[in-house]
Amino acid sequence: MNTASKRLGRIVQNGLLVIYAIFALFPLIWMLILSVKSDAEIYTTTFIFSPTLDNYRIVLFESDYVRYMIDSLIVSGGAVIVSVIAGVPAAYALARYNFKKKEDIAFQILSFKFAPEILVVLPLFMIFQKLHIYDSYFGLIWVYQLISMPLLIWVVRGYFEDISVEIEYAAQVDGYNWYQIFFKNLIPLIKPGLVSAALLAFIFAWNSFTFPLMLAGTKIQPITVAITKFLGTDSAHYGQLAVAATVSALPAIIFALCIQKHLVRGLSFGAVKG
Amino acid sequence: MNEQKTNSTATEELNVVPFKTRMLPYLIVAPALIITIGIMIPFVMAIFFSLTNYSFRMPTYKIVWFRNWIEILSSATFWKAAWVTIRYGFISTAVEMLLGMGVAILLNNLNNKFSKIMRVALIFPLMVAPITATIVWQLMLNNSVGIVEKFLNIFGVYNFPWSASPSTAMLTAIMIDVWVNTSFCMLLVLAGLQSLPKSPFESAKIDGGSTMFNFRNLTLPMLKPSLYIALLFRLMAALQEYAIIFGLTKGGPGDTLMNLSLTSYQNGFQFQKFGFALPYILVLWMFINIIAKQIVKRQRAAQRQAAGLEE
Repeated sequence: MNTASKRLGRIVQNGLLVIYAIFALFPLIWMLILSVKSDAEIYTTTFIFSPTLDNYRIVLFESDYVRYMIDSLIVSGGAVIVSVIAGVPAAYALARYNFKKKEDIAFQILSFKFAPEILVVLPLFMIFQKLHIYDSYFGLIWVYQLISMPLLIWVVRGYFEDISVEIEYAAQVDGYNWYQIFFKNLIPLIKPGLVSAALLAFIFAWNSFTFPLMLAGTKIQPITVAITKFLGTDSAHYGQLAVAATVSALPAIIFALCIQKHLVRGLSFGAVKG
Repeated sequence: MNEQKTNSTATEELNVVPFKTRMLPYLIVAPALIITIGIMIPFVMAIFFSLTNYSFRMPTYKIVWFRNWIEILSSATFWKAAWVTIRYGFISTAVEMLLGMGVAILLNNLNNKFSKIMRVALIFPLMVAPITATIVWQLMLNNSVGIVEKFLNIFGVYNFPWSASPSTAMLTAIMIDVWVNTSFCMLLVLAGLQSLPKSPFESAKIDGGSTMFNFRNLTLPMLKPSLYIALLFRLMAALQEYAIIFGLTKGGPGDTLMNLSLTSYQNGFQFQKFGFALPYILVLWMFINIIAKQIVKRQRAAQRQAAGLEE
């Protein structure tokens, strides 16, 4: 009796998980199916059709989509590099030193994450026009710091705190100076955490939509903005739209797979150590 | 390093920390802070310009003090937008938290191959840009090519309006938000579940505690810190959601989905009434700050309580 009800419980639980998995994953599978369907078959068939790579050829070679991807890459990659260079030392200072207003500074940096994006964008639009950095790589990389910097500082700070100070003392006794200790001892120790935080920051920057929509959009078009234009001009070519969506989602998903182990810690800004 | 240096100089100079050493941490934090404070200027500007009639069209502006604020706070548009913001924010967050917790418990209970694959695969929706997710869902819900329509036809439902009707637009937007973000709650809860200490559960087993009793008195209190973190991140984002609603209907049909973010955007960029656009979003900012403080306070209390339970 007991084992029977236990088995029933397992079946029910598996069933529930299957239902949720269909909800969560079917849209992505359907996106892939649509991307290899020809325009005619989109209207007439569901699952049985003759797959074609025409949509991919059109989107990747006959449109500007690759250029938009490069824009996304430059802006997101640039933002992450700036955040790493300025953020990692800051994270170290916030982890190791005790100084006045330390927690205030840390929370100030975190609060940028929770500010409404539109609140930042409206005045920035004005500033960017005045400084002539509207619709420029520089402007976007700067504003993307709001996405990547808080994440990097908070996550990397946690990894620094996990390292015992004793290691630094030991290295000092051996006669290493601060720079040597920082780059030869500490950085290698936090490298997995640092790389995953940087990749996660890249994913967030890659996926951001509000900032590039309002602060760029003619000369520079990250894919998130470009994809809405696919929808607007050409609503009949659903297959091409599906290709655009697939291609834009792919890098983020691949990166997420690489940093699985550190994902929870990164997503929660170090608050939940998964 | 810093402490070491401080110690050696302290013995020589009787507890006087050299200025250079004292300033070092500030110097190290400075670049990060300058870059972000550059972005901080907008907050101050936003408050100032909300008191003016600034417009992108006009070369000059003048200070009108609280005229924008009074006009907005006494308008039906504002309260409608605030209500949409609250409904969207709280409903989607509640669904994501409950669903995420449910799925995390399933994944934790079922330790089979299927659940291990799902642990990885279920994070995919979270990695898709919300705007891209919205477009994919729009294709799925499309009445001529969408798969959902074909599925509903089996049950005799034809031409379900989804985002086209005022009565179902909110449901559609929340569904997309839930699709994207449930994994976030799921991941945090799952991490919490897997770091639960074994010993309290073993003692409860000996005392003969029921599953429900264990869940309410052991699992839930120890999960609370992670749950509050998930709540904080999700609620703050859902209250200012822009991409999903913009991608779905741009706030329509009519003003059904016009939340504070979209209303502010519309006033600022479409109507070019910059000063008039700001109060909407400043109110949202204040509201978000108040709620965030409350959640953080509770999270810390829950953390202390959980730490007590573990012993």
